[in-house]
Amino acid sequence: MNFKKLFLAFSLVFSLLTPIAAFAVLPSEILDDPVLEERARDLSKNLRCLVCQNQNIDESDAPLAADLRVLVRERLIAGDSNKQVIDYVVARYGEYVLLNPVLGPHTIILWTAMPIILLGGGIFLFFLVKRRKKTGKSISLSKEEKAALAELEKHDV
Amino acid sequence: MLIELGHFALILAFVIAIIQAVLGLIYWRSDVRIANFVRSAAIWQFILISFSFMSVVYAFVVSDFSLSLAYQHSYSLQPLIYKITAVWGNHEGSILLWVLILVLFSAAVAVFGRDLPRQLRTLVLAVQGILGAAFMGFSIFTSNPFARLDPAPFEGTDLNPILQDIGLAIHPPLLYLGYVGFSVCFSFAIAALISGKIDAAWARWVRPWTVVSWVFLTLGNAMGSYWAYYELGWGGWWFWDPVENSSFMPWLVGTALMHSAIVMEKRNALKIWTIFLAIMTFSLSLLGAFLVRSGILTSVHTFASDPTRGLVLLALLGVSIGAAFTIFAIRAPSLRAGGLFAPISREGALVLNNLFLATATAAILVGTLYPLILDALMGARISVGAPFFDLTFGVLMVPLLIVLPFGAFLGWKRADLIAVTQRLAGAAGLALLIAIVIFMLTGAEIRLAPLGVFLGFWVAFGSMADLIYRSKFGKIALGESLKRLFGLSKSIWSTALAHFGVGVTVIGIVIVSAWESENITTMKVGESVDLAGYSIKFTVADERQGPNYTISHFEFDVMAKNGKVRQVVSEKRVYMASSMPTTEAGILTYGFSQLYVAVGDADEEGVQVVRIWHKPYILLIWIGTLFMAGAGFLSLSNRKARVGVPKQAKAKRAKAKVNKSKAKTNKGSA
Repeated sequence: MNFKKLFLAFSLVFSLLTPIAAFAVLPSEILDDPVLEERARDLSKNLRCLVCQNQNIDESDAPLAADLRVLVRERLIAGDSNKQVIDYVVARYGEYVLLNPVLGPHTIILWTAMPIILLGGGIFLFFLVKRRKKTGKSISLSKEEKAALAELEKHDV
Repeated sequence: MLIELGHFALILAFVIAIIQAVLGLIYWRSDVRIANFVRSAAIWQFILISFSFMSVVYAFVVSDFSLSLAYQHSYSLQPLIYKITAVWGNHEGSILLWVLILVLFSAAVAVFGRDLPRQLRTLVLAVQGILGAAFMGFSIFTSNPFARLDPAPFEGTDLNPILQDIGLAIHPPLLYLGYVGFSVCFSFAIAALISGKIDAAWARWVRPWTVVSWVFLTLGNAMGSYWAYYELGWGGWWFWDPVENSSFMPWLVGTALMHSAIVMEKRNALKIWTIFLAIMTFSLSLLGAFLVRSGILTSVHTFASDPTRGLVLLALLGVSIGAAFTIFAIRAPSLRAGGLFAPISREGALVLNNLFLATATAAILVGTLYPLILDALMGARISVGAPFFDLTFGVLMVPLLIVLPFGAFLGWKRADLIAVTQRLAGAAGLALLIAIVIFMLTGAEIRLAPLGVFLGFWVAFGSMADLIYRSKFGKIALGESLKRLFGLSKSIWSTALAHFGVGVTVIGIVIVSAWESENITTMKVGESVDLAGYSIKFTVADERQGPNYTISHFEFDVMAKNGKVRQVVSEKRVYMASSMPTTEAGILTYGFSQLYVAVGDADEEGVQVVRIWHKPYILLIWIGTLFMAGAGFLSLSNRKARVGVPKQAKAKRAKAKVNKSKAKTNKGSA
């Protein structure tokens, strides 16, 4: 029966996805050097657990995430800089592993969308104000507006 | 039999919705009979869908596993409450809940909108009819919750254990009340565009619906965040998960809508923009439904998804948004621009608020959809996660929070920025002082945290400053000031409280992000560890039996700084039907802070992995949202804003006006 298959698929996906019982960084993984460990934690928060949905490896309990955490720590002990560690992981697992996407031709829209929208909106408003000034309409309250405003505010109370 | 009747009721409601939509759209100008029919059609749909929904609930409650849906998502030993909530803990049931809430809102418009202009009401209900028909059709043709099994299985297969929690009883219904509530604003916007009539009275009708939906969405999001926090077992409370984003975006735009509707109501300005936001808000709700329900994302929150339904939903989404914006493009230019205002004014501040909220929404939208689109177009796989959203959203929120307290203080039309700055100086000074003290106490190691703390207190104090200024504290006798304070209008109070809530939430977010601490360790029974001044002793580890799961039960004694000892229980459960494990974290609350204990696996020698977090002031995050929602309720209780009131109230108000008006002359002119 179809729904049964579906449901099985479901629970399978779910059991992969849901953060369960065990967790995240295990005591055995923690480095003795607190500075290195701190760096490892920071790096881990920017790396995606590849078999999970939207979880970083620091929070994930998937075995693959644990492998990655250990890998990051090994590279740090070997003396890599943060950038070298990230480059190493990306070289092995691809860009998908980065939760903070790099800036490149394929992500240019992603990174510039927000500033462009904000700037565009700001410029639009600026010219709107300027145009209104030019039309020279008085922007102090007209008699009718004063009356209307007073009426509204009375009801406010 | 009951199930078949329920199915029939759904089909009947579907047919009625179509008739309501068609007749309403064609004959909205004509006589009262059509208007009356459309009204009663809306009410009948609610009755029919309620029956339909209850028939499914009944099957779940009595564990009638001949209902396929109950077989798939329920279990005879499940506690009663989870048998009921299991109804919407799956795709088909949650669509039915969506439909139920949609027709509930339509019926509410029909009942409370007695005094609405007849043509407007008919048009609004006609558009509601289209939406209703669309979703009922979706339910009937692709997501039938009434399918039977023959022979009926003896036992069900259990609801997903993660969902067997009180959170499921509260979170989705609240969220849907918010999502779907905005359909009313959408329908009002479309009705205004069709009829070409849009004035301050229109805004006065729309604002209460906006506030109601916004309040529910606020609570729904907050509840979802708290649920994730205590249920998922790793202490996170916001993940920038695509599913979270899809309910956060309507909230952000809905917040913008609420503010611009105020400008429109009071000053008859920003008409076109308000209409645009009304359409946008519900469109994003629909987009959220599509993203979550289509299976295009599979994330921790998506408990049901089926790609084959995705196309139907996408078509539904495309047609409704496309049609809405087409009507908008054709009709909007004919709307007359409203009242003018200077850049430095209440209106100006609200425009700025809208700019930032709209940009934030757009940024989240781009971040959420970008990986999907890039994958589809170029086959490149990238991730856009928390670090990206933290950065883009944070950058936008800083200026917004700086400007916020000014906004509520500025007068309409044209205001004096210097005078307002003087009035806010006290709040700014106090916030700065607190930030400096915190900075000195904790050292400079935590970047930007003191700035965040300053912003939070600035917003919180700044919103209170308005109340203090208006009631003239320090300028007149204290008693007189207090009298003034409690005499201030509900709209002023609700503004101040909502903004205060924003400040409180910001403070909570900043403190917990910057100062939380954790201890990941292994423990044996009898051992103790220290964290943030607490001493945590592992006291009990044993196995127990729950109603439909087995429990690994762990107890800890927590000794606080003052020597008081409290007990906390942390569990791991394995559910019988699905043999799925879950974590039930142990949480102890100290003031606004919490200690969060989760237990992991044991190693060969029976040594237990234990992870303990100290989450300072984390509760402020949700307490702030309660202030916001409470402020929304308060503004709804404002008589003027209530939906069906104006007619009866007019006479009384006229009488009251004579007595009251003199005392209120200074109000609003600050």
